[in-house]
Amino acid sequence: MSETQFLLRMPQPRSLSSQLGRRWFLSLLAIQGLGAFALITLGVLIRKLRVARSVVWPLMRREIVRSGVRLLPMFLFVAGVLGLLIIGQTVSWLTRVGAINYLGSIMVVVVVRELGPLLAALLMLARVGTAHVVELGTTRALGEVEALEALGIDPVHYLVVPRVVGMAVGLFSLTVYLILVALLSGYLWAFLQDVPLLPGDYFDQLAGALTYVDFILLALKTAAFGFIIAIITCYHGLAQPLRLEEVSRATVRAVAQATVACALLDAVFIIVYLTIG
Amino acid sequence: MTPSAVSPLVPVLELQDVAVPSMTDPSVTVAEHIDWSVGAGEFWVVAGPQRSGKSDLLMLLAGLMAPASGSHHLFGGVMPGFGEERLAERLRLGFVFEDGQLFGRMTVAENVALPLRYHREPAREALEHRVRAMLELTELTAFANSTPANLARNWRKRAGLARALILQPEVLLLDDPLAGLEARHGAWWLQFLAAASRGADWLDGRPLTIVASASDLRPWRARSPRIACLIERQLRVFRDWQELDQSGETRVRELLNAELPVIDPRDGI
Repeated sequence: MSETQFLLRMPQPRSLSSQLGRRWFLSLLAIQGLGAFALITLGVLIRKLRVARSVVWPLMRREIVRSGVRLLPMFLFVAGVLGLLIIGQTVSWLTRVGAINYLGSIMVVVVVRELGPLLAALLMLARVGTAHVVELGTTRALGEVEALEALGIDPVHYLVVPRVVGMAVGLFSLTVYLILVALLSGYLWAFLQDVPLLPGDYFDQLAGALTYVDFILLALKTAAFGFIIAIITCYHGLAQPLRLEEVSRATVRAVAQATVACALLDAVFIIVYLTIG
Repeated sequence: MTPSAVSPLVPVLELQDVAVPSMTDPSVTVAEHIDWSVGAGEFWVVAGPQRSGKSDLLMLLAGLMAPASGSHHLFGGVMPGFGEERLAERLRLGFVFEDGQLFGRMTVAENVALPLRYHREPAREALEHRVRAMLELTELTAFANSTPANLARNWRKRAGLARALILQPEVLLLDDPLAGLEARHGAWWLQFLAAASRGADWLDGRPLTIVASASDLRPWRARSPRIACLIERQLRVFRDWQELDQSGETRVRELLNAELPVIDPRDGI
């Protein structure tokens, strides 16, 4: 008897049933993962909007609360800090060089178009995205996805769609709050520093720099960020971990990919902004 | 809600020259050349040693996995049908996992209610009534608000059974229902399945078609189900217990525990 023979006597990893969900995950992997997963999720979202509403809609509401309402305090805090750091500093420097008239444009470009949405997306990824990977990863590793399939419940419809909707809606709303509070707290900071800028002038400048395109693109951009983060985190939670040990690796991978994806998407929107306006 | 009656001519489940792939590694087949059909109302026990592919065979029967070769029909329709088109057939089949495979974040009552809520969307009162009746039937009322993590294995398995039965399936597949149960619970399951197979009140008197797997045949003897053994990559169907008892094969006799196998430690296990 060889010395490693005892290893074979150790309990087998898990019951076979926990491997079951492979059938559709494998086919997903075959047509190249994320893109296919995103398309499938979109398809299910639209096709099954009216299927099992009494089960899935409450789940969506729960996810909106989780990725939206519950995060509000943290987002408000960060918005306050962002206002103090960036807007406060900008205002005082613009005053020194006598370029205070450009404040509105700078605020709109920096806070409304770029920093607000991206910061909100990264915060969302850190707070909720990681939770998605861990939750779905353990769900998968414990064989619950297979149980759903055996009950004829579409795992994408039940597990992924509510999270995608929750994150897209939540991120859009939170970004709006983040931007508003940042603009306010920034002005407050500048006001306390005796910058000669009246509230009326400040908001006139902001309103002058904003166009209707900003509102449309902001909605599109934040919803797209939310969608992408939810898709990437759900994908890594569901696709890989067949064993609990793999959940942590999946989380790391998901965060890295989601960050890169957000940056790339941001780049796309920069091009759109430049083209339009 | 009331599925059409199954014609006695069409088998409920039918396998023709099927090769069963392994769930852990689809490139490996665990059993080959299986020709088998299960008629409406029949009660089958598929016995085999652990890791012989019983679970794989059951998952394939449930349509959760495609055969590596050969054809598989459920209620006369080609399986597997993962899409929506076979959903109606798939819902006429219930699957009980070996360890219940309950949803950890829900209570037992929510677990049992989920398939009903998802597929039928009943009104609140009707839902509560059905779930309460099912919990009473499986003696789970006291655990209705417990989460699976707080349940002993005996009760987790039973909750898995309740969840599989809530949609009133016509076929029930059970993955080693007696594994790891206390004697009292084992007796309950045998009695419950026998009653269901004869046609119980809670199924409107309709006999339930049952396929259960087992790694020990002794407890089933008194219930006289039909027996098939999954041994050495083949599914062997036995006519009756007599034929089984007369079999001289070591593997078959081990399943009957007629004699304890002699283990040569040099072989490993």
